[in-house]
Amino acid sequence: MAKEKVITAKELTKKFGDFVAVDKITFDVEKGEIFGFLGANGAGKTTAMRMLCGLSLPSSGQATVAGFDVYKENEKIKKNIGYMSQKFSLYEDLTIVENIRFYAGIYGLKDDKIKDKTASLIKELHMEGSEKALVRSLPLGWKQKLAFSIAIVHEPAIVFLDEPTGGVDPITRREFWGLIYEASGRGITIFVTTHYMDEAEYCNRVSVMVDGRIDALDSPANLMKQYDSKSMDGVFLQLARKAVRKGD
Amino acid sequence: MKQFLIFIKKEWLHIWRDRRTLVILIWMPVIQILLYGFALTNEVKNSKFAIFDQSRDEATKTISAEIAASRYFSLWKNVYSYDDIGATFRQGKIRLAVVFPRNFRYDLLHTNHAQIQLIADASDPNTANMLTNYATSIINDYQATLNRDVAMPYSITTQTRMLYNPELKGAYSFVPGVMALVLMLVCAMMTSIAIVKEKEMGTMEVILVSPMKPFKIIIAKTIPYLFVSMLNIACILLLSVFVLDVPIVGSLCLLIGESVLFTVTALSLGILISNGAKTQRTAQFASMMSLFLPTLLFSGFLFPVENMPWPLQVISNVVPAKWYYIIVKNIMIKGLGFSYVWKETLILVGMTVVLLGISIKNFKIRLA
Repeated sequence: MAKEKVITAKELTKKFGDFVAVDKITFDVEKGEIFGFLGANGAGKTTAMRMLCGLSLPSSGQATVAGFDVYKENEKIKKNIGYMSQKFSLYEDLTIVENIRFYAGIYGLKDDKIKDKTASLIKELHMEGSEKALVRSLPLGWKQKLAFSIAIVHEPAIVFLDEPTGGVDPITRREFWGLIYEASGRGITIFVTTHYMDEAEYCNRVSVMVDGRIDALDSPANLMKQYDSKSMDGVFLQLARKAVRKGD
Repeated sequence: MKQFLIFIKKEWLHIWRDRRTLVILIWMPVIQILLYGFALTNEVKNSKFAIFDQSRDEATKTISAEIAASRYFSLWKNVYSYDDIGATFRQGKIRLAVVFPRNFRYDLLHTNHAQIQLIADASDPNTANMLTNYATSIINDYQATLNRDVAMPYSITTQTRMLYNPELKGAYSFVPGVMALVLMLVCAMMTSIAIVKEKEMGTMEVILVSPMKPFKIIIAKTIPYLFVSMLNIACILLLSVFVLDVPIVGSLCLLIGESVLFTVTALSLGILISNGAKTQRTAQFASMMSLFLPTLLFSGFLFPVENMPWPLQVISNVVPAKWYYIIVKNIMIKGLGFSYVWKETLILVGMTVVLLGISIKNFKIRLA
C-alpha cells in the first residue's frame, strides 16, 4: 500500500546569482517517516530546508509540503509544519511555561488547549516544579527536549529539525531520539538534518547532498551495503570526498 | 620583551581590522572639529527680522538700513501693523521685529530722545538675547554718530519685549529638545536591538516559519516601546510643568497626539535599522550614528539650524527630530494650534509611511 507523501520535491533548484546552491534535487518523504537529510557543510542542506519551510522561494522546480505548493500556498504550509533551529529557538529570558504559551499562541492554539498542552508537556518532560525557571538556567539536554516539544506543540504534519543535537553529549542525544521516535509513532513526519552519522542510522531513509545535488537516497542499511561499509560514516566519507565545494 | 611586542602587534591588528571602530577613532574627531568649527555655532547670523516703521523718516530709514546691512540680520519683510507682527512671529518666519514709533525723527530732534521697540521670539531665549543685543548695539552705533560734535547728546533707547518666554528661561527651548532626544533614543535604539536580538538568538527563524504574518510581527514588536515612550513623555511633561515651571500653553491633546506620531516615526527608523543589522552591536552603532547624533546636532535645540551652511540645513530636513522640535515648541511654548503645525505634521507622517513601507518590504524580501 503506497504511503501518503508529505513532502515532494521535483528538480528543486535555488540559485544565488550564478551560484547554484541547490541543484535540481528530487525526492519524496512519506508520512510518519524519519527522513535524514545529510551533507557536508556548504552542500546546500540548509538552503534546501529553507525552501521547504517557506523561508525562501525556489529559483525553479516544484515542491509540495503537507500537500501544499511552496510557491503559492506558503501560508498553509506554515500552519502545518513545526521547526526547531540549531540554536534551539527558545527565549532564554522567559520561563518554560512562558515559552510554551508563546509558541502555542502564535501557532493559533486556543486558550484552553494551550493550558492543557502546557500541563501535559511539563508532565511528559518531567519538568514539574521547574515551570517558573528561566530557560537560561536549564541544562542543555532539557532545553533541547523542550525546544522539540514546542516545535510540535500544534501537532503538525511534519517537523523540520535543523541539526538539533549540536553540542550535546551522546546520552542526551539518545534520549532526544527517543522523543523523535515517539513523535514519529504518533504520525508526525520527521525531517532532520544532522552531521552525526550514527544518528543517520536511526532514520528510516537518508539522503546525502553533495555540491547541491542529492547523490544518494535510500535506507541506511541499503546504502551501507551499496557502498560496502559497516557504518554510515564510511558511506558519507566516500560520497563527500567527491565534493568540489569547500565547507562553510 | 619579544613576548610583549608580539602581544602589542596582535592588539594593533585587532584595531586595524575592525573597520567600524577605526572609523570612530580616526574620522570622528576630524568630522567633529569641522562640524563644530564651521557649522555648529551659537552665533546667529543672517537672522530674519521684520520692520514696523510708523515714521518712515530719514532716521528710521537709516537705522533700518544699517540693521539690514549687518551680517547678523537679513530683512524678511516690512510689516504695517502689530497684528502683522504677531502673525509673522507665529508663522516662525522671524526672530526679531523692530518697531519705530510715529514721529521718530521729530521726537529725536525736538526732545533729544526717542525710543525703539524690539520684539524678540524668546522661545529660544539664547538667540533672542543675542539678537536684541546685536540690534541694540547697532542702534547705539547710530546714536554715537549722531552725537559727534554735538552739545546736547541724543539718546535712543530700546524697549525690549520677549515673546512667549518673558523670563527668558532656558528650559523653554531645552524641554522640547529633550523630548525629541529621549523619544528618538528610546524608540529607535530599543526597537533596533529588539529585532536583531531575535536574529542573534535564532528564534527569528522559528517565528518566520510560523503562521504569524511579518507585518504583524513588526507591529507587535513596537507596541511595548510605544507604551514606554508614552510613559517617558508623561514624565517629562509632568517634571517640566511642575518642577521647571515650563507651561504647556497650547493644547495638551495636540501635543500628545504629535508625540505619538513622532514616536511611531522613531520606531519605524528603529525597525529599518533592525532589518539591516546582523548583530546587536551593529544595530546600536547604527542607531547612535544615524539617530542620536543627528538629533542632537540638527534638531535645532542646541544649535540654530538657520545659521548652518546651506548643505547642512538640507541634511537637517531629513532628521525627523527637527520637525518634531518645531511642532513641540509651537504648541508648548507659543500655544499655537494645528493650523500652524500641519505642514510639519504632514512631513512626519510622510516619513513614517516611507520608513515603515521600506521596513516591511525589506522584511519580506529576506524571506524570498
